[in-house]
Amino acid sequence: MSIKPITQQTQQVQSDHVDSDQVVSDPIDKKSVGAVTALDIYRRVVLIRRFEERVGMLFRQGQLPGFVHLYIGQEAIAAGVCTALRDDDYIVSTHRGHGHVIAKGGDPDRMMAELFGKVTGYCKGKGGSMHIADFSKGVLGACGIVAGGLPIAVGAALSAKTRSTDQVAVTFFGDGAANEGSFHESLNLASTLNLGVLFVCENNQYGEFTAATDAMNIENVAERAASYGIAGVIVDGSDPLEMHLLAQQAVARARQGGGPTLIEAKTHRRDHAEGEDAFLAGQKYRSDDELAAAESSDPLNRIHKDLLSFNFASAAELETIDAAAVNKVDAAVQFARNSDDPTEAVLLEDRWVA
Amino acid sequence: MGGVIVSRNTYIASIRQALTEEMRRDESVILIGEDVRLGVFAGTRGLCDEFGPDRVIDTPISELAVAGAGIGAAATGLRTVVDLMFGTFLYLAMDQIANQAGNMRYMFGGQTSLPVVFMTQNGGGLGAGPHHSQPMHPLFMNMPLIKVVVPSNPFDAKGLLKAAIRDDNPVVFLNQLSLGATRAEVPEGELVIPLGVGEIKRQGSDVTICSAGLAVHRCMEAAEVLASDGIEAEVIDLRTLKPWDKQLVIDSVAKTGRFIAVDESYPTCGAASEWAATVAEFAFSDLKAPVRRVSNTDVPMPFNPDLERQVMPSAADVVEAARSTVGVGIGVNADGMPAVDGD
Repeated sequence: MSIKPITQQTQQVQSDHVDSDQVVSDPIDKKSVGAVTALDIYRRVVLIRRFEERVGMLFRQGQLPGFVHLYIGQEAIAAGVCTALRDDDYIVSTHRGHGHVIAKGGDPDRMMAELFGKVTGYCKGKGGSMHIADFSKGVLGACGIVAGGLPIAVGAALSAKTRSTDQVAVTFFGDGAANEGSFHESLNLASTLNLGVLFVCENNQYGEFTAATDAMNIENVAERAASYGIAGVIVDGSDPLEMHLLAQQAVARARQGGGPTLIEAKTHRRDHAEGEDAFLAGQKYRSDDELAAAESSDPLNRIHKDLLSFNFASAAELETIDAAAVNKVDAAVQFARNSDDPTEAVLLEDRWVA
Repeated sequence: MGGVIVSRNTYIASIRQALTEEMRRDESVILIGEDVRLGVFAGTRGLCDEFGPDRVIDTPISELAVAGAGIGAAATGLRTVVDLMFGTFLYLAMDQIANQAGNMRYMFGGQTSLPVVFMTQNGGGLGAGPHHSQPMHPLFMNMPLIKVVVPSNPFDAKGLLKAAIRDDNPVVFLNQLSLGATRAEVPEGELVIPLGVGEIKRQGSDVTICSAGLAVHRCMEAAEVLASDGIEAEVIDLRTLKPWDKQLVIDSVAKTGRFIAVDESYPTCGAASEWAATVAEFAFSDLKAPVRRVSNTDVPMPFNPDLERQVMPSAADVVEAARSTVGVGIGVNADGMPAVDGD
């Protein structure tokens, strides 16, 4: 299996892992995404960004219980993948999951209410930031355990196969999860049962505060696909349109019974003082160069630039979409603030199904 | 019951019958696990011939992923039976069972039900050694929203498994390893024993002996011995350990005034501890004597069959506990034997 570094052309999904050395390498034509889909992707990227910026601020102000993991910097992945999915496809999310839920069509009002712990939230205030689910949209839930979601996505894909539907299941996870046994068991199981699963590794280069380079002695998580006889591809996870095109191919393959794909999206965590970095009391774990690289690879800037250069939209139109996202987030905060806390009766709801 | 065929089933044949009937009844039921097609314990043997490889699914030895796949399938329209072979293998699947299955419905605000059964073999008695004989049930009793079932005989094994498969909640279904070849009369067709309902196996007025699984058999043997002493023991088989039939136990203690909890698990936070605490809390005024627990010795399960027998509750242990309890509060007769009421 040949996997090229991220600096080279993004690799195409291979349709036959037996001939895995024959890598198709058509140049990526990002314009082929088309204006309608590209704008849809932009809309989701910018909504995630504005939502997460607000969540970060609210958290810093001490208005949210618990803690939050922000998706800022990784928006291209959720938006690129989920725009390649149908409403009835499944996703399983992670502790850093707000972006996935928004990208799959989740309601910002109910999300924000959940972050405030309100009864109008997706989980009636009983799940919180790390456990938002929307089964009506195929969001089988965010998961607070690293690599906990992978087997569940395998099961959703197994279910689709048994029920003879062509639904696919996507599981998002970080580079840290690739060192959990669950990752290896899940890839192997999905491979042996030939299930339509997209394993989307959001490699933001850190598991908690430990560098991926200290946690694995290979350069790319995608190399591990070879061990399980499935396709493994690397993509620039900061580029929404590239991400979408690659996901589209993997989804099509999964739908046609071609089996699972491991997609490694190289990205950057930009969850600074608002997120888990707050626990570090000022200690640094990344160099200034890395931080600068993270800033310069901003997925929102990237898609903004692409949309203008492809003449898919004017700057004014994009500004309008951005302003609409800000309004949605304002309304979500308002909705959450105006909502009630769960009562004691809610505490005892949702236990056994009678 | 006219026209119902009743056969003398083994415990394992009952498991197979329940699976077969439920898979015929509901095509959303699937069975997944390692070697389920060949069926190492024979409970799943032959099912693939009837239901095909899409519903009887062999997997790699990957307990964590297989348990999780069962959960994912159950959350998306199927009813899954996950065969995890030996109870101790559930430790390998613990994140999926405890963190995911146990929390999912509640933490997502009731958005999903989760009809998944984790089926395995529990406990000792076959000389299988420490890694294949541990009692697992108290661990799962400690988790808020997981049902725990421990059938003690072939009749219950069938009726409880059928109920577990139809249940919309996660169920840990613990077959008793050493009872696989035991036989009883079991009717073919509809036999569903509701989860959470215990059974009085033997009526008695002097002491309540509460148990489940393999230990029920030791309690029944003990009751015979006690009867020859003139002590009438009431033996309860709880059948389901979570949720469990508290009322049945409390009502029995109201009648007998004495309580012995007999469980094949460890003394600290074992099932017997829970039963004893409940009786002390809710039936204290009925008690004529302190409650007693009979549990495993607090060591890993040894291989040597004699040592293994010493670890698990024996009929003699139960007899001793009952005699000591009955001796309290009603005195001892002239022969030094415990006297029953009116003696």
